[in-house]
Amino acid sequence: MARRLVLGLLLSVLIIAALFAAVSWRTEIAPVEPAPRTAFDAALVARGASLAAIGDCTACHTPPGGKAYAGGYPLKTPFGTIYGTNITPDPETGIGRWPQTAFVRAMREGVDRQGRHLYPAFPYNHFTLASDEDLQALYAFFMTREPVRTEEPPNELRFPFNIRMLLAGWKMLFFDEQRFRPDPAQSAEWNRGAYLSLGLGHCGACHTPRNALGAEKNKQFFAGGEAEGWHAPALNGSSPAPVPWTAESLLRYLRHGASDTHDVAVGPMALIVHSMANVPEQEVRAIATYVASLMEANPERQQRAEQALARARGAPPDPQAEKGARQASQDKVDIGAVVYSSTCAGCHAQTRRPPGAPSSDALHLALSTSVTAPTPRNLIRVIVQGMSPPDGEPGPLMPGFAAILTDDQLAALVTYVRAAYSGQPAWNDVEREVREARKL
Amino acid sequence: MIKLDVNGKVHEIDADPATPLLYVLRDHLQLNGAKFGCGLGQCGSCTVMLDGRPVFSCITPIAALQGRRVKTIEGLGTVENPGPVQRAFIEEQAAQCGYCIPGMMMRAQALLEANPAPSKAEIRRHMNANLCRCGTHMRILRAVERAAGLMKASRGRPNGG
Repeated sequence: MARRLVLGLLLSVLIIAALFAAVSWRTEIAPVEPAPRTAFDAALVARGASLAAIGDCTACHTPPGGKAYAGGYPLKTPFGTIYGTNITPDPETGIGRWPQTAFVRAMREGVDRQGRHLYPAFPYNHFTLASDEDLQALYAFFMTREPVRTEEPPNELRFPFNIRMLLAGWKMLFFDEQRFRPDPAQSAEWNRGAYLSLGLGHCGACHTPRNALGAEKNKQFFAGGEAEGWHAPALNGSSPAPVPWTAESLLRYLRHGASDTHDVAVGPMALIVHSMANVPEQEVRAIATYVASLMEANPERQQRAEQALARARGAPPDPQAEKGARQASQDKVDIGAVVYSSTCAGCHAQTRRPPGAPSSDALHLALSTSVTAPTPRNLIRVIVQGMSPPDGEPGPLMPGFAAILTDDQLAALVTYVRAAYSGQPAWNDVEREVREARKL
Repeated sequence: MIKLDVNGKVHEIDADPATPLLYVLRDHLQLNGAKFGCGLGQCGSCTVMLDGRPVFSCITPIAALQGRRVKTIEGLGTVENPGPVQRAFIEEQAAQCGYCIPGMMMRAQALLEANPAPSKAEIRRHMNANLCRCGTHMRILRAVERAAGLMKASRGRPNGG
């Protein structure tokens, strides 16, 4: 009896495994001889370059200090480290032998030429929205890059995430293959912006929170997520920006990495802004128009904005701010105020950062999204590390305070800044976030 | 009163806790090696060492320094008996106007205490925070390499420190 039970169980496991293998099985697309570069139309390649910049493909596919698109960038995820692949047209180690159909399938279905499922760190849940023409342009762009013969290191993923076949199940649960459907009630510019932001731009990959299996929570679309240890602020109605974003200010931010009433771009967003510099302005304007429409100002937000601007102009703290200060321990606020006055005020006491101002004219902290955000993470990270532009590039410069301030002083400073400038209740995880930032 | 440990000597300082360390060094202690450049932590001419790490003293409040060790250029050696970093900078003639040099030497000292044999790339990366407006960077980089060599040689001697 027991033997028959075991046998039956074994058989059903085998059948389920076979069924799963059948469902997850994808065919190989036959390799082709790489086409010569001259086979691709120059205008098409140029359009592909712009789309690749919007998608910031280089962020994950170019190793630090390495050759463009040659792979090997270590992307840290909660499941382990995934290495960006070589997407240069090298026939052996890149995608040189991929026909366009294989490229399109990878972008839209997350399957490589050989038929293997790709990890969703490659955001095909967004790229699936891309149009035929745009994928053709991207293919032309990548096929005309300099081929680089190099293999990326193997992924370092924890069990069971290292079993590729399980991705078939992940896709069944969380992935819909689909094209972008325009909203006829909106303008052509808005629709172009939506198409780019939701598709190739994959804004939601960082700005939408993810579930335990790493899938974006569609019900919390753009509600704020995480990007390589940074908090990616909400881009919907719950945007914490003290002064609501407009299409104009967002355009300026995406083009220049700063607007006169918002934080400068740091961390992964700084790289995206850098990439956006190579995109025609009308495309960036479309993205700004769409994203700003999701954060539209309402009377309540407008009132908060006026309070923030008043604080930035040096108005006495409003009752809301005092409430914030009362919730924080007074000791900390006092120590923090001392630290603030000698370490921060020299640059941050300016009222409004004029466009093109020198980096010493820093943003007033009453206008900083890092100060009003639900988590102190970004504020602490910036204070600890500072900001420095890449070698030879202009950009914001701020000294890091890791060696100057102790953990207690850092926590006190952050508590003070929140109490004095945000009009929001005190954060309760400051000490833990300080310790985390020190580990980086 | 704030107790300040500078170059191994403890001083009692009567100043506002928010006063930058640079002002206290120069105005209270007459340690004039560290220089005021930008006052914003962007040029590095005020660099001193705090618990072994380089910091901009112009944006370091003395309130942050209770129980911590400050080292300034005056702590590296004297005119008669310069320390290895100072000797290396003299031998390479790394100074033109000299205004940035105390900060450069303190940043170099911090590097060499943590990493006695840095590569050229490590030296460049580490020294990145300090500016020299005369443009003697190439000599400064050579001086840091030379200092590493001098320190190594003195460690090699039986009585070397």
